[in-house]
Amino acid sequence: MLQRISTYLYLRPRLVLWLMLVPPLAYMFLVYLGSLFNLLINSFYYLEEFTGLIVREFTLLTYAQVFNPANREIFARTTIMATAVTLVDALIAFPLAYYIAKFASPRMKTWLIIAVTIPLWSSYLVRVYAWKLILAKEGILSWFINLLQLDGVLNWLLSFESIGGSSLALSPLGMFIVFAYIWLPYMIIPIQTALERVPNSLLEASSDLGAKPLQTFRTVILPMAFPGVVAGSIFTFSLTLGDFIVPLSLGNSKFFIGQAVYSYQGTAGNIPLAAAMTMGPVIIMIIYLLVARKLGAFDAL
Amino acid sequence: MPSSSHSGQKASWGLKLAALGALLFLHVPIAIIFLYTLTPDETTYTFPLPGITFQWFGVALQRADLWRALTLSLQIAAIATLVALVLGTFAAAAVYRSNFFGREAISFLLVLPIALPGIVTGIALRSALGTLDIPFSFWTIVIGHATFCVVVVYNNVLARFRRMQGSLVEASMDLGANSFQTFRYVIFPNIATALLAGGMLAFALSFDEVIVTTFTAGQQTTLPIWIFSQLTRPRDRPVTNVVATIVVLITFLPIFFAQRLSASSSDTEGESK
Repeated sequence: MLQRISTYLYLRPRLVLWLMLVPPLAYMFLVYLGSLFNLLINSFYYLEEFTGLIVREFTLLTYAQVFNPANREIFARTTIMATAVTLVDALIAFPLAYYIAKFASPRMKTWLIIAVTIPLWSSYLVRVYAWKLILAKEGILSWFINLLQLDGVLNWLLSFESIGGSSLALSPLGMFIVFAYIWLPYMIIPIQTALERVPNSLLEASSDLGAKPLQTFRTVILPMAFPGVVAGSIFTFSLTLGDFIVPLSLGNSKFFIGQAVYSYQGTAGNIPLAAAMTMGPVIIMIIYLLVARKLGAFDAL
Repeated sequence: MPSSSHSGQKASWGLKLAALGALLFLHVPIAIIFLYTLTPDETTYTFPLPGITFQWFGVALQRADLWRALTLSLQIAAIATLVALVLGTFAAAAVYRSNFFGREAISFLLVLPIALPGIVTGIALRSALGTLDIPFSFWTIVIGHATFCVVVVYNNVLARFRRMQGSLVEASMDLGANSFQTFRYVIFPNIATALLAGGMLAFALSFDEVIVTTFTAGQQTTLPIWIFSQLTRPRDRPVTNVVATIVVLITFLPIFFAQRLSASSSDTEGESK
């Protein structure tokens, strides 16, 4: 019996292909794409303020709400945060990625890659929580800053309305540090992958032709690492854009996109507005991915 | 693997320091949680610690709500991983076997749940459940988790298929094995470690997922949801420190072994989380 099924299947590779394809595709289409499509539809519905009921008729009213000044400010604030996090992560990631790719011994390299990937997979929530301890007013960072007698500088930074707050644990500045920390591995790995592809002979050729190390770095290594930086930035940017855990844990009343979506769908029960608001990061990410592809980022993934 | 150090150059001190700094930045914060499990201080995060105590481990072990949350998270992660293993392996086998139109599209579709911000998946599932009037339950969480776990298994298994020699399968068939025997004795042993690595990563991913879960959980409290509630409204600080430490330890081993497995076979699935 088994033999006959086996022969039957062997003679029909197309059928086997479909048998294997249908379960995952059905799942992704029904559950995931279906939900995304439903989300899109919902963004064209409207929440009747007085009754609190969702009116299921096509309207652009909800999108008009998305572009009101308060929400525009949220979009601007989140995009600036995502950009700042991306830039700083690129700066912190580069030396480590460069070291792993070009200087570490093979044995060392394996360990360093594991050291970078473990935080990437390990509990994101716990990693946010760690900073709650570190940034607390009475916590270890304040203690350290006190030790260096830099409290003046910290208080000065926290006094700015746009980045400050009552303490680092409740300020955009603190959020910025946490975002940079949380997404850093996503930046290191693509840069390292891109740098691995720079042949050593190219660097030798550059120095043989009289380039100083710094010149080689600027004219050979940096341009070749750039697609890796862009690839990494896809993650750091996208993840910052949609996150609501960090703003809810360390932010103040100044909302970020994820937080706004979370509160619109939760307490307000306004799924249409939450849906329309989510289209913001989706569209920003689609544009970002298109630009990134032009810059060769996908080859570095 | 190309040889590492280029033209015999040594890394400058500046580079070494910057690299070390980044490495410390990645790992020191977690060590600080471990330290705080020992604090006797219940209401603040005072540093230096006002003393040392081991009582919180005992206190945490007594908490029934934590055990329920832990059990729930483990069950969800186990089932989501199982679903991901089946669907991911099917998808990888199909994409590997043939050059049909749209295989790029399949990779893209599978990676989408982790390429788009988690909140998009979360709110999309939430709105779909609302539209279809499906009540939140254990299974809605599992369904949500499986969507982003599939790609992890898929990437691992596909990478393994690409390195496996097709002639092995042909040889097995030529020697008279049927499709099932070939799968059992040739294909499965070849992809077993990839399945293990992918499965462990999927498990770790599901076990501490919070963003999609908040939108699909309703009244169910998974361990990450419990931690999240402590992040926004801290009530049990010392217990949270212990829980955070336990979560790190539970996820560390599968992640570490998965990385070792794939590092030794040089698959590159870690990058596209």
